[in-house]
Amino acid sequence: MSAIALATRGLSKSFGSLAVARDIELELPVGARYALIGPNGAGKTTLINLMTGMLAPNAGRIFLGDEDITTFEPQDRVRRGLARTFQINTLFAGLNALEAVTLAVCERRGISGQFWKNIAVHGEAIDEAYAILARLKLGDACYQPTRELPYGRQRLLEIALALATKPRVLLLDEPAAGVPPEESGEIFEVVAGLSQDLTLLFIEHDMHVVFRFATHIIVLVGGSVFTEGSPKEIAADPGVREVYLGTRKHG
Amino acid sequence: MALAENIRSPQLYLQSLSRWRPTEIAFWLATLLPFFVAANYLSLASQIAITALFALSLDLILGYAGVVSLGHAAFFGVGAYSAGLISKYGWGEPLTGLVMSGFIAGFVGYLTSFIIARFRHLARIMLTLGLGLLLAELANSAGWLTGGMDGLQGIHMWPLLSSFKFDLYGYTAYAYALAVLFLLFLGARRLIHSPFGLALRGIRENWTRMPAIGAESRSHIRTVYTIAAAMAGVSGALLAQTTETVSLDSLGFERSAEILVMLVLGGAGRLYGGLIGAIIFMVARDQFSGIQPQYWYFWIGVLLVVVVMFLPNGVLGGLSKLQARWSRR
Repeated sequence: MSAIALATRGLSKSFGSLAVARDIELELPVGARYALIGPNGAGKTTLINLMTGMLAPNAGRIFLGDEDITTFEPQDRVRRGLARTFQINTLFAGLNALEAVTLAVCERRGISGQFWKNIAVHGEAIDEAYAILARLKLGDACYQPTRELPYGRQRLLEIALALATKPRVLLLDEPAAGVPPEESGEIFEVVAGLSQDLTLLFIEHDMHVVFRFATHIIVLVGGSVFTEGSPKEIAADPGVREVYLGTRKHG
Repeated sequence: MALAENIRSPQLYLQSLSRWRPTEIAFWLATLLPFFVAANYLSLASQIAITALFALSLDLILGYAGVVSLGHAAFFGVGAYSAGLISKYGWGEPLTGLVMSGFIAGFVGYLTSFIIARFRHLARIMLTLGLGLLLAELANSAGWLTGGMDGLQGIHMWPLLSSFKFDLYGYTAYAYALAVLFLLFLGARRLIHSPFGLALRGIRENWTRMPAIGAESRSHIRTVYTIAAAMAGVSGALLAQTTETVSLDSLGFERSAEILVMLVLGGAGRLYGGLIGAIIFMVARDQFSGIQPQYWYFWIGVLLVVVVMFLPNGVLGGLSKLQARWSRR
């Protein structure tokens, strides 16, 4: 059994009387490629918000490796290696891709407080940022303001920003959301090409993509884990078909 | 963007952003003109330089970090009263007085930054306003120290560098204010091209994303708020030292509002916006108040409405748009 990169224990959250996460128990082994699926409103994004600290749980614990991070601020979790992307582009519209990723690299290197040095003296940080962009095929567009980038490239920049934090665990909230199906493969090729040491959890609606890229699937329904298993098991599970595949056909 | 094609590497690109442009050099050379062509206006010129420094300090928090303040004059006032009191109670040396005043204002800024950094949006604006009003009223009630409504009297400055007296025409005053403005401008220019400056722009562009890339936005806000307060304090101190008087309106709401108007007129987040705005505003006040002394604010209102409606990024924003259109042809 391999080491656990990220785990939740009895994680619960409710807004008033609406329970959006009920007693969620998850374990992501190091290097895993997990998909999180479930009908709309199942609480998938909420779970990511809970794990990354953007929402505080009512009960339960969250562990990154052996460390209990339940009470940590989002930025502290990021510094310990837990990064995320957003379903709706959450980018720096007025910065270009190079500036944005350089900013993230500077934050990780702990040099973002330096107001007395020209950024150009940190050549390695800039080169590192450019290397990330080049790996995601954004190298040629890196001087263009983010708001002028085509939508698909903005989705890639979402991932680039998260990678700049050098995460151990990366949570991708519908990385190809809003991208036409013929282009979404490109984004998932990038995701599939990420380092094998990186633990991945991604939310995705397109079942073709899920079955192709995930090694393990978690099905979330009504805020709780309905079932989980290998793609084969999930595909064969009649219960999953009923609550998920049966009600929402994709592809 | 034509620029990008000429850039060979990402490093050179980021380096090129902080290169001095000819228009900048021309601007700073032009600031020397009053010595030669407008000697009668030297005291106005020194007021403009002081105000420009104040506007620059607001630009750091508003234009770069996106922190709107309606109480920035508090730090201007703290600097002014500090400089005045230091002189009144026996130490009239301008430069050390200036530095001390900057530190005192910076310290007040540091203390309040903890409150400012915890809130956002309207709450934060109201906090800046409230803290500003609070401080102004404190200065008013502490008449034994500040002179209250009568202003602080008894300031006497020693000659600058123990050789240049503050003369009636304002030669020394303008040279002094301009030199301080230029030095602190260099500092601000370095700051916005630093990793910290990039982080501030990140905060302005997307507050939500910053924690997701591991950034401590609040500590960044505290730092820039402290720096801006110190810079505002230095500008206040300059005013106290060059006019040898401090009045309550140096930390009043009206001054906070005016400096905001100047920055918006010139264009926030452009480093030169506050400088240009201060020039426009102060010259306009000088001219309009000659024509209609009581109603000159009417014209400032007209100017503000026109600029905001037609040049949303201020005069400088409009100019750079024109230039972009020109170079595309």
